[in-house]
Amino acid sequence: MSAPAVRLVDVHKAYRRGAQRVPVLAGLSFDIAEGEFLALMGPSGSGKSTLLNLIAGLDRADSGAVIVAGENLGKLPERLLADWRASHVGFIFQFYNLMPVLTAFENVQLPLLLTDLPRRERRAHVEHALALVGLADRMTHFPNELSGGQQQRVAIARALITDPPLIVADEPTGDLDRDSATEVLGMLQRLNRELGKTIIMVTHDQRAADHAHTIMRLEKGVLWSRDQNAAAVPGRAG
Amino acid sequence: MFFLAMVWRNAWRHKLRSALTLVGLVVALLAFGLLLTVVDAWYQGVNASSDKRLVTRHSVSLVFPLPLNYLGKIRAIEGVRATTYENWFGGIYKEPKNFFPQFAVDARTFLQIYPEFRLSDAERDAFLRDRKGAIVGRKTAENYGLKVGDNITLKGTIFPGDWDFVLRGIYTGGRESTDESQFFFHWQYLDEVVRQRQGARRASLVGLYVSEVEDADDIARIAAAIDAQFANSPAETRSETEKAFQLGFVSMSEALVAAIRAVSYLVILIILAVMANTMAMTARERRAEYATLRALGFAPPFLATLIFAESLLLALLGGLLALGLTYPVAALFGQAVSKFIPHFVVSPQTSLLQLAAALAVGLLAALIPAWRAARVNIVAGLRAVA
Repeated sequence: MSAPAVRLVDVHKAYRRGAQRVPVLAGLSFDIAEGEFLALMGPSGSGKSTLLNLIAGLDRADSGAVIVAGENLGKLPERLLADWRASHVGFIFQFYNLMPVLTAFENVQLPLLLTDLPRRERRAHVEHALALVGLADRMTHFPNELSGGQQQRVAIARALITDPPLIVADEPTGDLDRDSATEVLGMLQRLNRELGKTIIMVTHDQRAADHAHTIMRLEKGVLWSRDQNAAAVPGRAG
Repeated sequence: MFFLAMVWRNAWRHKLRSALTLVGLVVALLAFGLLLTVVDAWYQGVNASSDKRLVTRHSVSLVFPLPLNYLGKIRAIEGVRATTYENWFGGIYKEPKNFFPQFAVDARTFLQIYPEFRLSDAERDAFLRDRKGAIVGRKTAENYGLKVGDNITLKGTIFPGDWDFVLRGIYTGGRESTDESQFFFHWQYLDEVVRQRQGARRASLVGLYVSEVEDADDIARIAAAIDAQFANSPAETRSETEKAFQLGFVSMSEALVAAIRAVSYLVILIILAVMANTMAMTARERRAEYATLRALGFAPPFLATLIFAESLLLALLGGLLALGLTYPVAALFGQAVSKFIPHFVVSPQTSLLQLAAALAVGLLAALIPAWRAARVNIVAGLRAVA
């Protein structure tokens, strides 16, 4: 049996609000298998975004261990953690978070600038990634020249470009109309199925969560439920 | 290349804001350059002075004249090559507003000691031959449309009455710093008329002596020897190098020069505040972008460099534009004030200072925003959606 893509062991996290300490995650422990497509759900303030940030190496737990791809993130110094993120995690945000002064091509190319890839290879990778998300003809467009759905597809291409094993998506369809949302979710499913990416997606939207294999619900910082979504697991659909 | 393109595009994201900041920078750096040039102009007499010339005047004040019979005694001092003498005239040409410096000089020795006042041989001969002859600098001649052969009348203030001259030459400066606004005529003419109008008691007096020495290194000894010669006389002397003499004039207006200098640096401080504000706003607006770049794996120094580069780009553009504008604006300004500031020329040091000020503004303005961007909290930054 292979090691899990993500393992959390008794993870605690709290924020300070003035003099007050507000607990967000209270002793979370679970595994996420490699190649899983997991949807994190829960009401506002339940800790799902905090959990996603910990798994993505954007934030650190107060106690406990967050082990991703065999690396205990709490033990990595800041500099190495940044390098680790660059090579292991692809990010998809609710508001796309593209650089407005860069074209679609340049935005997708950004993570590759941290690698040693020569210019020609970078170009080939970017063109391939943009073709994969159906935007080969929009390479020279700036974000403000693209629709919301197209911008999110550029963000997906950017998340893919370094071929990371893990993709984290924070409300990826939260700012999209239904058609664009369906398109983006379909794309995430393809990444999971065809490229074997482990995907963790935070969402409020049950329809979006229905695209995932597993739906995990958080409530006040603790794991409330973890359900298999038979309809979305290949081979188990009716 | 990619980095530079990103910096360039970032710099022009808010075109109006960047353009206004740039205009502010250009105006401030232009003002800085012009003010420094005004200060330089103040020191023009000092810069134009020779290290081989020695000025001897009354020890109490320039207001008191010295007897003409000191001339032979000064010339006799070892190490003195030549000596000339002159009087400030202070006449009015047509109207009091038409100011230019006028001196009665011993023409032959004056032209020998001051070779930087250049005349053609014909003009020089005509001037030396005519007791009522005068020469004037190119700038004053241009200002008042004076031509060789013109009759010029000055109304005396120190030496009352109308004084008639014939313009025999228009000199040009042998050096860039030579004052081309002065008017010279024969001391002998002045002395003759003063003797007629005011009597012998007011005649044979000179304002100051200027000696040329053989060896510049010997100038302190010669100055001491001259002053010793006239010690305990009714008109004791004070001898100093021409540079020290000119500096004495500048020191009279030292407070004004210091104020101009202070204002010039204040202008830079103001534009620094404006630029820092622009960069702070820029960095604040892009918090989410910086957080995204950090999330993608870019290190804090990259973000700091991004901000420094953008700030330096704007500052450098402003600096170069200001530099390009300073010369034509200074030329126009110089023309407008040529009566009062005869030598208004932007020095290479001033241009370098302008450029250095621009770069300093660029660097300092980016300091705090760059530091903040480098320390951006990724999680909080990602929530700050622009």
